[in-house]
Amino acid sequence: MYVAVKGGEAAISNAHRLLADRRRGDRSLPALSIDQIVAQLALGVDRIMAEASLYDRTLAALAMRQSRGDMIEAIFILRAYRTTLPRFGYSCAVDTGTMLVERRISATYKDLPGGQLLGPTFDYTHRLLDPSLLGDHAVAEGVQREPGTEPVMRVSDILAGESLIEMEEPDETDTLPGDITREPLEFPLGRDERLQALARGDEGFLLALAYSTQRGYARTHPFAGEIRIGQVEVEIDIPELGFAVSLGRVQVTECQMVNQFKGSAKQPPQFTRGYGLVFGQSERKAMAMSLVDRALRAEEFGEDIVAPAQDEEFVISHSDNVQATGFVEHLKLPHYVDFQAELDLVRRMRREYDAAQEIVEEMKEAAE
Amino acid sequence: MQTAARTNPETSLSAADEARKLRIERLARATVDEMVQALGAIGGTPDAVNLRGPETGLVMIRGRMGGTGSLFNLGEATVTRATVRLASGAVGHGQRLGGDKHAARLSAILDALGEMPAHRTAVETLCAAVAVRIEMEDGKRAAETAATRVDFFTMVRGDD
Repeated sequence: MYVAVKGGEAAISNAHRLLADRRRGDRSLPALSIDQIVAQLALGVDRIMAEASLYDRTLAALAMRQSRGDMIEAIFILRAYRTTLPRFGYSCAVDTGTMLVERRISATYKDLPGGQLLGPTFDYTHRLLDPSLLGDHAVAEGVQREPGTEPVMRVSDILAGESLIEMEEPDETDTLPGDITREPLEFPLGRDERLQALARGDEGFLLALAYSTQRGYARTHPFAGEIRIGQVEVEIDIPELGFAVSLGRVQVTECQMVNQFKGSAKQPPQFTRGYGLVFGQSERKAMAMSLVDRALRAEEFGEDIVAPAQDEEFVISHSDNVQATGFVEHLKLPHYVDFQAELDLVRRMRREYDAAQEIVEEMKEAAE
Repeated sequence: MQTAARTNPETSLSAADEARKLRIERLARATVDEMVQALGAIGGTPDAVNLRGPETGLVMIRGRMGGTGSLFNLGEATVTRATVRLASGAVGHGQRLGGDKHAARLSAILDALGEMPAHRTAVETLCAAVAVRIEMEDGKRAAETAATRVDFFTMVRGDD
């Protein structure tokens, strides 16, 4: 039950002023600039863009600064902002095959066209704190080497050449996909809507679900066929001109997970796929997304649905951290009247209990 | 801007359209400094009437399942666009990722100037310079990535 209550304006106003003060912190220290956040906390900025589902590094960095580094708060602010903007249209599909690759690795083929390109990775670091970063020492630039001329071929295309993996081809008419920002979720979803939801889903939640599939809750036998990070062109049709133009490039991370087999009387056994595509550099999220995507295809492949990660309604309904935080955190808002009602109820129950106890005591005494 | 499902339109563009497409794409990547400098070389920014915008909005970016399959919506990006008309009547379009309205308007003015024979060369010079810069940035990045390529070697086993 909600009742209009007034009061608290001064307290709220002072609390917000105090928040601004604490956000700025020690005035003798220089304030963080948005450029610094974009450049030096880049992966945090990428996570905000991915989960806010809005590619704009400047705004994501602003959100991070405003939220004092609280990621979900930053995602919330950016999501709220996007609702104020008009939708100009839809892009042509980005072509990750022609990506300007900054990192590409495969766990399934050692020697593959384009090679294993490690890029700026945390892999193989010793995870030891680096005291030199307490200061501001000069940092050497990356080493350069003449790039190879062979194209960085998709691993899935190598497997597809032998028909050993399920084909991913556009359907005949290139049907327009569902858009969960335009239509409310209605289960069961198509894979298109699931992928859109997963791409903006909470990294921690998807990571835990992906982990659960590896530990035996819906086994999918995955191999990281390929992970690639890099820039792709965003093209859009301009009706005034009658052709599509590129608006610039965005950075994305793609993961192609190769999973165990599916075959039928009509079709020979072949590998199946899980797919992850995420804004920015976000390998963990892309991998988790591809594992969860594959687990959620259980019904399509006639697999038993026995684990949380295979339950579409469970996964997609709880993957959005803005929704989740809204409902969890609303509990701290005034529930005075609700609580009064429950207090009355528990007091009445206590009275009834006490009365019943008295009767029992009296009966005991009478029996003695 | 409308829905566009196919990455590559089947129809091939005329030479004039091809040139304009390239110009608009280069201008979308030009910095404000680069554009102001180019406009300075032709006597400053000309007066232009805003036909649309400059305005910031969203474009929903699409991907394909498995990279090559059916479409899905990945997420949105901010885009700023502008359409202007110069005194000569030339109309120019500018659009770019991000929220920089000033840059979008300048690129629309430069696109319109590119439609005018008198200024075409100046605009093409700017576009060529932008292309060179992008190529250098891409080349540096590609060379840095190439240096992290793994060169495998197999240890010879001493069991002969």
